[in-house]
Amino acid sequence: MTSFYSGPGFDFSNTVRNNFLQDRGLPLPKATSTGTTIVGCIYKDGVVLGADTRATEGPIVADKNCEKIHYITESIRCCGAGTAADTEFTTALISSNMEMHALSTGRKPRVVTAMTMLKQMLFRYQGHVGAALVLGGVDVTGPHLFTIAPHGSTDKLPYVTMGSGSLAAMAVFEAGWKPDMTREEALELVVAAISAGIFNDLGSGSNVDACVITANKTEMLRNFVRPNERVTKERSYGFRRGTTAWKKEQIRSLIVSEEVVKHGEAMDVS
Amino acid sequence: MPDGSFSHPQQRSFNPYTENGGTILAIAGADFTVIAGDTRQSEGYSIQTRYAPKVFRLTDRAVLAVNGFAADGNMFVKKVKQRLEWYRHAHAKDMPLRAIARLIQTMLYAQRFFPYYVYNILGGIEEDGTGAVYSFDPVGSYEREACRAAGAAQSLVQPFLDNQIYFKNQQAAPGQSHPLHLPLSDVLSIVIDSFTSATERHIEVGDGLEMYVVLAKGRSAQGLEGGRGVQELTTRTDGDRVFVIRRELKKD
Amino acid sequence: MSIMEYNGGSVIAMVGKDCVAIASDLRLGVQSLSISSNFQKIFPVTDRIYVGLPGLASDVTTLHEQFRYRVNMYTIKEEREIEPQTFAQMVSSTLYERRFGPYFIEPVIAGMQRTPSGSYEPFIAATDLIGCLNFAKDFVVAGTASSELFGAAEGLWEPDLEAEDLFETISQTLLNAVDRDTFSGWGAVVHVMTKDKVITRTLKGRMD
Repeated sequence: MTSFYSGPGFDFSNTVRNNFLQDRGLPLPKATSTGTTIVGCIYKDGVVLGADTRATEGPIVADKNCEKIHYITESIRCCGAGTAADTEFTTALISSNMEMHALSTGRKPRVVTAMTMLKQMLFRYQGHVGAALVLGGVDVTGPHLFTIAPHGSTDKLPYVTMGSGSLAAMAVFEAGWKPDMTREEALELVVAAISAGIFNDLGSGSNVDACVITANKTEMLRNFVRPNERVTKERSYGFRRGTTAWKKEQIRSLIVSEEVVKHGEAMDVS
Repeated sequence: MPDGSFSHPQQRSFNPYTENGGTILAIAGADFTVIAGDTRQSEGYSIQTRYAPKVFRLTDRAVLAVNGFAADGNMFVKKVKQRLEWYRHAHAKDMPLRAIARLIQTMLYAQRFFPYYVYNILGGIEEDGTGAVYSFDPVGSYEREACRAAGAAQSLVQPFLDNQIYFKNQQAAPGQSHPLHLPLSDVLSIVIDSFTSATERHIEVGDGLEMYVVLAKGRSAQGLEGGRGVQELTTRTDGDRVFVIRRELKKD
Repeated sequence: MSIMEYNGGSVIAMVGKDCVAIASDLRLGVQSLSISSNFQKIFPVTDRIYVGLPGLASDVTTLHEQFRYRVNMYTIKEEREIEPQTFAQMVSSTLYERRFGPYFIEPVIAGMQRTPSGSYEPFIAATDLIGCLNFAKDFVVAGTASSELFGAAEGLWEPDLEAEDLFETISQTLLNAVDRDTFSGWGAVVHVMTKDKVITRTLKGRMD
């Protein structure tokens, strides 16, 4: 390390080396992406957000039950699709800034504020921060729902979908959405939309996460529906002890608990 | 931009191949063979159909599994079946398994410079009554093996099979040795678990599972007849017999 | 050929009943040429945390030093040992800081996490090369044999294995996976951690 002080923001010091490696014909590996179906829907007295729980690395499932509905503030949440690390850190950063903003203004922060912070950050990075977001929440001006694309463009709509399963989910919304739905109707529609993504889009899978936000309560319904539990295996695959041949063994004992025994007089601190 | 003029060089291209996902596998026993494949057919992130068979019965003792580019696979199976019918007309008997394997090699190699984009696994019973599996690459290189996985989840399934079928990296208990062949029930369990595992971790595997079981002449079909989802495809019980077992796989 | 395949190597971690295990191969290569069969990829962080760093060998060394530095700073400032959960977040931030010029490492973390009641529970996590955390309840894998490891582990792993049984399962998973990967193998090492001890074993496996 050249300096013990590390400033804020990204560190680009590896890029020269990495570009050299790339020019030598070694392509950069791909990061975990959330193929994803994420949706949001406004109803009579709030917003419902939904997400699947599959994270992929190419055609391989890296995480079968990840969380894609991120905390922004108590009554604002954000679903993330795209590069998994980017959605994770972008929402965490904006969540932090929203808390600071709330503390300095002494007011409950608004959804548009989070949306503006997110779009300004994403636009600054010109799409290189690969986060596609669905932002929803309730503030003093009522319920709001936005999508934010990786380049920073935004939409404000009563029902939205994003990710690789967005078409499957939007088909469900277009067929079933109506204004001023009840909580139950909206939640059912969101579950149907996410399920359409889970079953018809290979990038999405596993469980349905949902989040219902109203003016005075936020319900995070983690694994609200679990339609894809693994069936029990036909056989047990436990091995007989001693199956694996090994050459060398080293055992390191650890301290589990210790007791401090006082000795002599206490130090004079008067 | 191709504009049809001759003022500057232009290039056009057409890619005749796609990859349709899915996985196949085959395991040979002492006097039986299991040939299995999932039934999902996909392209990119879309499912084209949840039921497109990849495993086909060729004769009473030969079953072929085809994986890769589905259009090529279907056409290839069609042509193999046609050649087997001609053989029947000429010789008044079914072609032996090892001859089918050689036929498939020549048919694949005939397309050396415009290959069928498929991986083939041929399973069945040899003339000596033993179970056999032959695996091929797209241009006809082949070998006889005891077990083989191919397709999208080959890299996931093959290590598991190495461990459970060949007992690779396992020391036998003192004074004992590993069996050379496993019983049918164990093989079927391992096949099912291979596919449920592949379904968990590979997005292109799922929907349904078809397992073909070829039994050598005279071998008892006990435990198979009347089992859940079991259907017999052969009509005579005095020769080699072919069964198919169908199971559901996860659909996400 | 991607940068991750340049030196090769794979790591896996698994959860058992009141125990965790982490294992790796020992190969260091330059593309298809094997250089060393004794290249350490798993490092102790504290008594109860191990981190596996498969990927580009120069970054294995760099990141190991970086983590040692950061963990030491944490210990000095906080006057306590770092917990696995906290260490995982540290790994994640360290990697994401270099989002646009990453280290070519996919870390795997295994440890025993202290619970409020004073006992220990198993903890595993993995991240991709830019720090996206994956907390799994069963197993995590990384490296050039990751798809082979996923397949083998998905088949062989079962819940609530005792330490000695977990050793067999993780060893068999690793050995059979690396035997089907050209860039991993050449020996393997396994660490099994319970609340009171860590057993480290060097495995006998194929050396080709």
